[in-house]
Amino acid sequence: MAKILVSLSVNGDPHELYLDTRRTLLDVLRDELGLLGTHRGCDAGDCGACTVHVDGLPMTSCLLLAADYHGAQITTVEGVLDDGKPNSLQQALVEKGGIQCGFCTPGFVMNGLALLSEKPRPTEAETRAWLSGNLCRCTGYVKIVDAVMTAARQSP
Amino acid sequence: MQAFDHHTPQTLPEALALLAQHDGTARVIAGGTDLMLYMKSGKAEPETIVNIKKLQPLQGISATNAGDLRLGALVTLRELTRSPLVLESYPSVAHAAGFMASEQIRSFATVGGNLCNASPSADLAPPLIARSASAHIVSADGEREIPLEDFFRGPGESALHAGELLQAINIPPPKGNAVYIKHAPRAFMDIAVVGVAARLELAAGRCRTASILLGAVAPTPLRARQAEAALAGQSLTDDIIANAARIASEECAPIDDIRGSAWYRRRMVGVLTRRALTALSNAQPLHAR
Ligand SMILES: Cc1cc2nc3c(=O)[nH]c(=O)nc-3n(C[C@H](O)[C@H](O)[C@H](O)COP(=O)(O)OP(=O)(O)OC[C@H]3O[C@@H](n4cnc5c(N)ncnc54)[C@H](O)[C@@H]3O)c2cc1C
Ligand code: FES
Ligand code: FES
Repeated sequence: MAKILVSLSVNGDPHELYLDTRRTLLDVLRDELGLLGTHRGCDAGDCGACTVHVDGLPMTSCLLLAADYHGAQITTVEGVLDDGKPNSLQQALVEKGGIQCGFCTPGFVMNGLALLSEKPRPTEAETRAWLSGNLCRCTGYVKIVDAVMTAARQSP
Repeated sequence: MQAFDHHTPQTLPEALALLAQHDGTARVIAGGTDLMLYMKSGKAEPETIVNIKKLQPLQGISATNAGDLRLGALVTLRELTRSPLVLESYPSVAHAAGFMASEQIRSFATVGGNLCNASPSADLAPPLIARSASAHIVSADGEREIPLEDFFRGPGESALHAGELLQAINIPPPKGNAVYIKHAPRAFMDIAVVGVAARLELAAGRCRTASILLGAVAPTPLRARQAEAALAGQSLTDDIIANAARIASEECAPIDDIRGSAWYRRRMVGVLTRRALTALSNAQPLHAR
């Protein structure tokens, strides 16, 4: 079995990992680092439940070979609290009923935050287009989109 | 997934030497959005993976001295959708990229990966070929440049030999306007049932040159040559356009599959070709999908 030394910064913490070359970033986050907020849905790029930020951009971690990202800065849903409390998007998801079973939520939070950092005032159409890579089997999306729009209005 | 060795070369010569040394048993990974799925399913079982993401000569979007636009193979779909150079001169290419996959996947899927994967439905192929793009290919033995039109050999098969890398795509200065229409049940996160790229160069109300490229209706992206010929020198009346659209639908060679029947695809080639040509002849920006 081929192994490789990979260093990653995850939510600001440096990690040196000796990994099987086959491990995806999702495998590493969940199985090596115990960060279980990043979910494995399809394992194929379709559902967005595994979305994290890599060097500031949203990516589906199930399709990233960890060895390819030596030296990268990763942010997961565990790393986006605002002063230890839910951030404004997380708060809006709670208040607007955008969370039911919650399986999809970390992915929507990470991709939604990426949207709001690039476009602080997105239109509803832009929001829906941006979130099209995240699937939710419960809410029907209306309340999730509402939450993103609400968070956008609330930001200064 | 079968075990593999992993290399991240820092320079192009180092990468090409690695590929030459492994003589066909190594596989290049760019974004990995196609390759990872093949490896997970066992469809690809490389012994060696060469991560090309650090190779500087494969990066970036730039204007060349010759007036071409050069897209490094590692340019991401995200970069294409945000590049002022691409948006200004080749909006149909940026448009095609913007309707591929999802925001998350566009952040790391690359131009080179989309083309080298050589899927008949690859969304970047029709709009790039319609702009007469060429492929700049390198290996340990040297380099060559071929028309992108000749790059596709069959489903999953490109003109690259073992040991070769796609370094960049060069697009000559734009001649006329172009559009790409992707037809799929979902606006995003879907593979084209049919894709049609069209380009028209007009002079004094007549068509000087035309390109019509069809995706997902043949083993490779297909140039509808007879339809193009039916437009050359003509003034673009509804009849001329309808005739060219009919010829394009006869020229294509679609198959039945999970995304659509051959019959439906052929009909849609006619519909979309007519729509694309009509929009271009009226000089209307077409933002249908
Ligand atoms: C959920 C999902 C949705 C998608 N939607 C679309 C879509 O709408 N339209 C579409 O066209 N595609 C789509 N794709 C397919 C894929 O994302 C694109 O084809 C993408 O551009 C591939 O780029 P990559 O960098 O990820 O390629 P990789 O997977 O890294 O590589 C693909 C192939 O090309 C080879 N390769 C890559 N770069 C080079 C190079 N420079 N030189 C030589 N060989 C090279 C690799 O060895 C591999 O065989 C989708 C994929 C997923 C997972
Ligand atoms: S688990 Fe990664 S996209 Fe579904
Ligand atoms: S809340 Fe259940 S999948 Fe979205």
